[in-house]
Amino acid sequence: MLARRLIPCLDVRDGQVVKGLRFRDHVVVGGIESLALRYRDEGADELVFYDITASPEGRRVERDWVERVARLIDIPFCVAGGIRSVEDARVVLNAGADKISINSPALERPALIDELAAAFGVQCVVVGIDSLRDEDGEWRVRQYTGDPSKTKALGRRTLDWVTEAQQRGAGEIVLNCMGSDGARAGFDLEQLAAVRGRCRVPLVASGGAGAIEHFIEVFHRADVDAALAASVFHAGTVSIPELKTRLQQAGIEVRHD
Amino acid sequence: MTVSEASTTACAATAAASLPKLDASRIRLVLLDSGGANLGSVQAAFARLGVEAPVSSDAQRIRAATHVLLPGVGAAAPAMARLRANGLDRLIPSLSQPLLGICVGMQLLFEHSVEGDVACLGLLPGRVEGLPETPGVRVPHMGWNRLQAVSPEAAMHPLLAGVDGRHAYFVHGYAYRGTTNTLATCTHGQPFAAIAARGRVMGAQCHPERSATTGARLLANFLSL
Repeated sequence: MLARRLIPCLDVRDGQVVKGLRFRDHVVVGGIESLALRYRDEGADELVFYDITASPEGRRVERDWVERVARLIDIPFCVAGGIRSVEDARVVLNAGADKISINSPALERPALIDELAAAFGVQCVVVGIDSLRDEDGEWRVRQYTGDPSKTKALGRRTLDWVTEAQQRGAGEIVLNCMGSDGARAGFDLEQLAAVRGRCRVPLVASGGAGAIEHFIEVFHRADVDAALAASVFHAGTVSIPELKTRLQQAGIEVRHD
Repeated sequence: MTVSEASTTACAATAAASLPKLDASRIRLVLLDSGGANLGSVQAAFARLGVEAPVSSDAQRIRAATHVLLPGVGAAAPAMARLRANGLDRLIPSLSQPLLGICVGMQLLFEHSVEGDVACLGLLPGRVEGLPETPGVRVPHMGWNRLQAVSPEAAMHPLLAGVDGRHAYFVHGYAYRGTTNTLATCTHGQPFAAIAARGRVMGAQCHPERSATTGARLLANFLSL
């Protein structure tokens, strides 16, 4: 049976890994390579590197650290941020990334998803979605969330975008629930379950992990394929080996190296 | 925190403890150029084993190799087109050394793939089909899944040493779902061939270069043949 995946997310800014609360006030957590290696050794199933400054500044992902990470670790990793074209994606994939994730540029120009899927196959095209519930109760997507001064609310409904992204060739969806992100009070089970109902491809839960119980409930109650988290892993609040043992005890299939 | 050399060494030591001893000086490995984007990752995986893995489509160099690897990422049809364009479609069947196809590279070893409805190399009998999507079984099959030897005899094959029952990393929407030459299956809804071998011709549907210690063991097993 396919194991549920645990994915530490490394927000990269100026060549270092950073973390901020609710996307603001970033502090340096550590070096890219040392954290990548640490998580590989602790049993992370996959890594995501998010270049959080790339998209709002219209800047491309630097290629050299992608190459260094690809040589260093032997688990898959995805690079997100600043990929706006097939050529941008090719640079990152040729540098050794296994998948690329697009978010704001896909909202600017949805055909980018089709182009990437045609060029590289759906298996390496991940669409990241930042989503927030509005006062009318509807979940809608947000754009340029890497920089609070540039973040834009769009009229696009999250559930509609999930459907369209898959039709265009997304091979995986990462749903970042902004309302719960950074608060460590648990994943947004209601929203994730709603998106799961629309999502035929692998779905990754993001935003809100604070304790081991949160991972157990998101796999049991929202049936996601993977759970992504940053601060609980960086701070050591949740240790991956202990988390895997507890998930296994709860009847959830996990990988042991 | 700084980049820790001690940590790198510890990681390598852990992996090495479970690996067969390789005499890198006796190995001349060549990666065939099938145009995939993962060549760098595959080269890095061999570099971690202490083995150089140059990419080539030169017939003389490939014939002189002790081991030949056919990587693959993307779709079967463009990969076959690439092999035809550089003449490898005719060279590969004439080789006599151990050959390992990984992911799409494994699929190309069969007779035909429904992905792009393309004729493949025909070194292994059978057709590559799409993985069926059913409720709770998502396609592409993406993530870590268990390798399961099909029989006690299959479990004794040197390619499976130390990897039977372990999780490997998969990313694919197509596979060979028959049993001929299948050594180990993996189950995603239904079983498919995860590792196959017919004499010198072998295939792994998983990505050993991204399958942590299990993947390193699989590659080392191949180089030990």
